[in-house]
Amino acid sequence: MARYILQRVFAAFVALWILTTVTFVLMHAIPGGPFTRERNVPEAIMRNLDAKYHLNDPLWKQYLDYLGGVARFDLGPSFKFPGQTVNDFIRRGFPVSAELGIIAIILSMAVGIPAGIISALRQNKWQDNTTMLVAIVGVSVPSFIIAPVLMYVFALKLHWLPAAMWGDWKQVIMPAVALALLPLATFSRLMRSSMLDVISQDYIKTARAKGLSELAVTWRHAVKNAIMPIVTYLGPLIAAILTGTFVIEQIFAIPGLGRQFVWSVNNRDYTTILGLTVFYGAFLLIMNLIVDIIYGFLDPRIQLTGRKE
Amino acid sequence: MSIVNGVNPGVFGSLPDNAFEHVGPIPEEQNLIVRPPTTYWQDAWRRLKKNFLAMCGLYVIIFFIALAIFGPMLTGYTYFGQVLQDANKAPSLAHWFGTDHLGRDELTRIFYGARISLSIGIVASVINLAVGALYGGISGLVGGRTDNVMMRIVDIIYGIPLQLVVILLMVVMGSGLLNIYVALGLVYWLGMARIVRGQVLALKEQEFVLAARMVGADQRRLLLRHLIPNTMGPIIVTLTLSIPQAIFTEAWLSFIGLGVAAPMASWGVLASEGVGGLRSYPWQTFFPAAAISLTMLAFNFLGDGLRDALDPRLRR
Amino acid sequence: MFKRLIAVALMLTVALSLGLAGCAKKPAQVTGDLAGDQTLRYDLGVAEPETLDPHLQQGVAEFNVASQMYEGLTRMDANNQPYAGVAEKWDISSDGLKYTFTLRKNSKWSNGDPVTAKDFEWSWKRALDPRTASPYSYQLYYIKGGQALNETDPKDEAKIKQLSDALGVKAKDDYTLEVTLEAPTPYFLGLTSFPTLYPVHRAEVEKFGDKWATKPEQFVTNGPFKMTKWVNNQAIEMEKSKNYWDAKNVVLKKIIFNLIDDQNTSLTMWESGQTDLNNNVPVQEIDRLKKEGKLTTLPYLGTYYYSFNVTKKPFDDPRVRTAFAMAIDRKLITQQITKAGQVPAYAFVPPGIPDVDPKGDFRKAGGDFFKEDLDAAKKLLADAGYKDMKKFPSFEILYNTSASHKTIAEAIQEMWSKNLGIPKEKVKLHVEEWKVYLPSRNTHNFQVARAGWIGDYVDPMTFLDMFVTNGGNNDPAYSNPKYDELIQKAKSSGDPKVRVPAMHEAEKILMNDMVIAPIYYYTNNWLIKPYVKGLAINTIGGVDFKQAWIAKH
Repeated sequence: MARYILQRVFAAFVALWILTTVTFVLMHAIPGGPFTRERNVPEAIMRNLDAKYHLNDPLWKQYLDYLGGVARFDLGPSFKFPGQTVNDFIRRGFPVSAELGIIAIILSMAVGIPAGIISALRQNKWQDNTTMLVAIVGVSVPSFIIAPVLMYVFALKLHWLPAAMWGDWKQVIMPAVALALLPLATFSRLMRSSMLDVISQDYIKTARAKGLSELAVTWRHAVKNAIMPIVTYLGPLIAAILTGTFVIEQIFAIPGLGRQFVWSVNNRDYTTILGLTVFYGAFLLIMNLIVDIIYGFLDPRIQLTGRKE
Repeated sequence: MSIVNGVNPGVFGSLPDNAFEHVGPIPEEQNLIVRPPTTYWQDAWRRLKKNFLAMCGLYVIIFFIALAIFGPMLTGYTYFGQVLQDANKAPSLAHWFGTDHLGRDELTRIFYGARISLSIGIVASVINLAVGALYGGISGLVGGRTDNVMMRIVDIIYGIPLQLVVILLMVVMGSGLLNIYVALGLVYWLGMARIVRGQVLALKEQEFVLAARMVGADQRRLLLRHLIPNTMGPIIVTLTLSIPQAIFTEAWLSFIGLGVAAPMASWGVLASEGVGGLRSYPWQTFFPAAAISLTMLAFNFLGDGLRDALDPRLRR
Repeated sequence: MFKRLIAVALMLTVALSLGLAGCAKKPAQVTGDLAGDQTLRYDLGVAEPETLDPHLQQGVAEFNVASQMYEGLTRMDANNQPYAGVAEKWDISSDGLKYTFTLRKNSKWSNGDPVTAKDFEWSWKRALDPRTASPYSYQLYYIKGGQALNETDPKDEAKIKQLSDALGVKAKDDYTLEVTLEAPTPYFLGLTSFPTLYPVHRAEVEKFGDKWATKPEQFVTNGPFKMTKWVNNQAIEMEKSKNYWDAKNVVLKKIIFNLIDDQNTSLTMWESGQTDLNNNVPVQEIDRLKKEGKLTTLPYLGTYYYSFNVTKKPFDDPRVRTAFAMAIDRKLITQQITKAGQVPAYAFVPPGIPDVDPKGDFRKAGGDFFKEDLDAAKKLLADAGYKDMKKFPSFEILYNTSASHKTIAEAIQEMWSKNLGIPKEKVKLHVEEWKVYLPSRNTHNFQVARAGWIGDYVDPMTFLDMFVTNGGNNDPAYSNPKYDELIQKAKSSGDPKVRVPAMHEAEKILMNDMVIAPIYYYTNNWLIKPYVKGLAINTIGGVDFKQAWIAKH
């Protein structure tokens, strides 16, 4: 196992390096730069700007300098927001995005997974159909519609919650709900489906035949075996949601990392694009490693190291 | 209990003796097996037909496709014809679904939008199945170092900012529906690949796989005949849930400039354009969103039915 | 997007006083009762100002934060005239080249330090230092040696020092600043009220370097308000500065700048009473807001137009361009699409700029240059060789990703197709992401492109000098020696009797050639709670809270 993890960590570093390189190439390949503006500044001023941010260095040097910075955990200064650094953005934005994301994930699991189990146990009964309907609406109506509707109802009409911004717990509710809907729907559908698979398997039938109660069967065998796809789905989901979601952060004016990332691409804020990509990429690789380790615990038969034929 | 030719056994006694003629053995029928051999797919189709909700879903989808093709001819409006004086009119007899911000008939635009959005849904499904399920299946089945490499490739693609790729695609290839398919093709299989790979990792250690190996199934047969069919549950769920996301991704891609050029608009574009005026003109968001939801509902019923129909354990 | 443009501002503008008559040099005449809580909550309309270092700023939102904290040598009054700010009085030499400012002795930084002439000298040199890389440093090119200093190689420290020492700004003593200009510049005095010419506090800048303008406690400022809090992407808070020389006339105790950029969220915040002031109104809600009497529409010095690429067929022919300009129904666009009182435009320079007679209006004097006329348009096209419009070559309209630009582009597409009889599929729309679109437009890689321009200052020149041959913003690639000559003539003179007629003449040439098809003149839409009084909002988007107050409500 230790050897396997070592292998994976090595692969992760290689992947991160490829990711950085591809992103670096892509962002320099597309038109526009950080100082492209509707009003063109005189050439001399553009030269000053380029000099200040080392954009007049040859690309390979910029690339190597950047990699050097990453190795020292210095992601560089922002071009769009002078005086601020990409490390500042992460230090400020990540806790906010992560807080919202964790709440949303807990919410979606707490509701979605039991809903999925109930659906499966009551297949094609009203419980199942209701869950399905909610889930379908959850995935079909995107957050950019849900969020303004929530805001309209609960902030403007009922005055129960503040419309937007970030600070106290009341401001967490609407964005968390809006953010939770899609994973909630996914969890409930995935759970239902894999529960149905598991329930029809012979070992469950055996367990039942041995006289185990319905509850015990469900918990001890079915859920444990059905949770695999959920775990798979959770890996990238946690990485994606904890590093921020643009639409939700934009609509609710939340100072998270998701908005920063989209702005950075819009603004061609090179260091920020790269920095946040590296941050997200590292997070994703770690999550997926954890997922694979969890596989081993869930089903000890799984051999990640490959089979000798 | 039914008998050949549908003759009720109860009437035998009342028949005259010469009612039967001795025909002797029929050589050509001696080897005939009563139940015709059905393939996996025929079998699945037979079972799907018995599933009421699933067939409803299928009919709704066919109905929507028919509307997408013939609907625009029925409304008497075009998707581009503007009557600016009639902008933002609520639903009425003249405009069943109201008009948009340029005074175009919303219903007609939704019919046209169906062409794009349904095709996006279908293409996304095909990509998911053809690329995602296969890629994930191979990665999981082969395992070891291959798996590590294949999955890290998935992680890298996950990590690359899609917006950068899309802008580059747009600059290099210009706009058009085909380019949307390409963009979707680049990314819309990653989740599926991970799900299938996870399932296959677990399944391949199960007894039935060992049994199949024992009787000499090669990797290819193992994957296509045993492992993937047994992963149908999560595959179908992932598939049906990823379709709306593909439809909305298309709206975002079109906004950036990769999709079909205005004034043609998909459901996703219609919904996202309407949302700015959600309070004053709610129908501009409601109808396209409802069209997407209905389609998704239909796809889900069909998906659930397919799941049951394709489940090898239910094959009797 | 246009709102975020750089509207530099010689704040020579029709400052607009809401709730009280203009009495700019005096404090706001507070009428009626004051509210107990003098806090103003202003929705800035951006999620984060790019920077609050006044020398690095280039957007209206950023200016609107800085101008509450800082004060230049002058401020602008309601009659577009600079009046005494930090400078108590000034003296201009008879050749217009030398300005001697006398600073008031009671002007203080927020930490109690006196504001001195040395602060200005040091600050202006910093703004021009190439290592500062100030994007707006060209506002200081009027100073003798300014451009040369700014164009020096940033690595050549010796030369920077030499040119910096030679720069035409000298602190004669603590309260006397002497400025020498390259050429007589009638609007230089107005420029001294502009953020790039604000003084910054040397000790903080030197101590914290690049990061000085990122934390509230590091801002030492000299304006009516001082920053107390900055939660990034959330809010900036300011309090009235006790050390401001005119503090007795500042009524507001606190300003909260809410950092929100989503328009519908902004609107919800305002309607649910969480903000008082908002300049970020979604177009889809304008009808309703107008009906409910909530919308305040103010003039905005800008023109929305379509650029023709004059080097590419079929728009290399002025007759074709004119015909296309004539075939747009502007009234329909302003009434049914933009809806906020925009004015159909038949010329380039918008109304609101003085003419030769300072009381006159440049636009009124110049008049309209064409009419919407389909018969005339078809005749022009026939003259240009397009008798059968079904054979008109297909072309693309370029616009950038934005719902409102898209709507207008779709309307114009339909109008050109229907009104001129061009087959639908030949009038194509092409959308590009903002930073793809800008280079496309700037490198003349388009046929027709949507564009807009907000004045940098209140003078026709801010519009007209765009189209000189090889001009940095000459997207249509227009080139006409006669035009260039007239612009040069207007630029080289400080006399309105010379420059204004030259600019009228130039605009006439531009419009005869129909280099651009003007669509409408912008308006500026505000949502203002009725209890907010004493705002000064100018025609290029700037807002000043020095005299604002909250009425009892």
